[in-house]
Amino acid sequence: MSVTALKTTPGPAPKPAAQVMSLPVTAKRPQRLALVGRFAAERIAPPVVVLIVLLLIWQVSFSGGTSGLPAPTDVWDQSRDLIVDPFFVYGTQDIGLGWRVLTSLERVAYGFGLAAVVGVLVGAILGQSALMMRGFDPIFQVLRTVPPLAWLPISLAAFMDSRPSAIFVIFITAIWPIIINTAAGVRAIPQDYRNVAAVLRLNQIEFFWKIMVPSAAPYIFSGLRIGVGLSWLAIVAAEMLTGGVGIGFFIWDAWNSSRLTDIIVALVYIGVTGFVLDRLVGWIGRVVSRGTTE
Amino acid sequence: MKYLQIDRVCKSFTGKGRVTEVLSDIRLTIGKGEFVSIIGHSGCGKSTLLNLIAGLTEVTTGGIKLEGHEVNAPGPDRAVVFQNHSLLPWLTVYDNVKLAVTKVFGSSKSKAERHDWIMQTLDLVQMTHAAGLRPGEISGGMRQRVGIARALAMEPKILLLDEPFGALDALTRAHLQDAVMDIHARLGNTMIMITHDVDEAVLLADRIVMMTNGPAATIGEVLPVAIPRPRDRIALASNPDYVRAREAVLRFLYERHRFVEAAE
Repeated sequence: MSVTALKTTPGPAPKPAAQVMSLPVTAKRPQRLALVGRFAAERIAPPVVVLIVLLLIWQVSFSGGTSGLPAPTDVWDQSRDLIVDPFFVYGTQDIGLGWRVLTSLERVAYGFGLAAVVGVLVGAILGQSALMMRGFDPIFQVLRTVPPLAWLPISLAAFMDSRPSAIFVIFITAIWPIIINTAAGVRAIPQDYRNVAAVLRLNQIEFFWKIMVPSAAPYIFSGLRIGVGLSWLAIVAAEMLTGGVGIGFFIWDAWNSSRLTDIIVALVYIGVTGFVLDRLVGWIGRVVSRGTTE
Repeated sequence: MKYLQIDRVCKSFTGKGRVTEVLSDIRLTIGKGEFVSIIGHSGCGKSTLLNLIAGLTEVTTGGIKLEGHEVNAPGPDRAVVFQNHSLLPWLTVYDNVKLAVTKVFGSSKSKAERHDWIMQTLDLVQMTHAAGLRPGEISGGMRQRVGIARALAMEPKILLLDEPFGALDALTRAHLQDAVMDIHARLGNTMIMITHDVDEAVLLADRIVMMTNGPAATIGEVLPVAIPRPRDRIALASNPDYVRAREAVLRFLYERHRFVEAAE
């Protein structure tokens, strides 16, 4: 049978070949479209449906004059400018929420950046020395349970200014998980890598950059991820008390002027920003520690 | 002939309130360019002995001298090929070797010379094709080759191999044994290899150091292997010297120093 098939094919060879060439191209497009469609159906549709249902429930339960909270349609009616344009500037205190989020993010950048540098260094030292670990760990375990805002009065007294105080609150909130995770990561460096470093006679600084940081990167970044989440929690709370331009103060200000719909819009901004920060640090961590975790 | 001198070395570990003597009165002199295999049952302290020579562990009493200098810290003059390759997984094959080359020759070789040297050592183990890959992307045998390249790249006085092929399959192991023999023939390195494979010990070594069982293990016997090089594993199978040497090691291991598993 195969022999006959072989014999017959040479004759009409060009035609089927052309067909075979064109087939995959036409077959691929719908396939790709189907993939996109499936991704949309599996990943995008469920959260969108849930969101719509939640908004509907919210709309139904809070519409009517007697309820104390605004319904989604009220939010849209009264705070449309905040939703539509995040970056408007009408005056020094009348600016879009995007600007306010950026102001808060700048404080987080200072406080969290400082916490990351100091936290990784302190964590590295603690991870390397069992004695230091024994000495500092109990103190850190106690300090890390102190709520962020509890540091604020002390901080205000020390810095006598709201801006550095807010940054300090972020720093002191974010640093504990960074220290603790880095120390754990450094302790988990395999003895093999330490032996390699010993044979090569790497000095402390070379060991830190070439072995310790890459080896402990997954631990360090899980600490940084927790830290950045806590920072964002802390800045919103701290700004409510210290005032200024940030998103936290905006909420407090809106509450004082009974603009409840503005607060709801601000909450969405805060939530989305926190989510983005978390994913961003997670993504950087994956890129940096590529190869370490395999 | 006295290149490496191990003089009355004892090693004991203190743990859980009691002292365990692992190695007792080890005396061994190794000449330059010599290939020595150390064989013994597991737990006899072979790896401890290698770590002592590498300087990764400190001797309790006695002393180790390399070219007349006391060994008391690890260094690139005694490069180690570790049992489980110990390559840094976040660096490529090239960068793993580069780490060693930059550290050892950072001041004495120019950047171009260092690059050439890295490629040259990778070529020695036939791994230039994988220079850009990470250890996770290559096979176990290839990783061990890179481990050897990294060690060779330090231009060590002594190459210490700690059961380097223990985790590999028989065919891959044979290839790597040939590679090591080839390197030894070309570079004339002094090599000490820990093994628990009798054939490997006889095939590769000029002398086989046989260790008694622990605790307080020591050198039971040293067997010179007078088979001319280059050695060919197929021709050796029927070589009377090879068969005799193999039998002597087997006798030592399984008749006189049988491994008693129940004995702690």
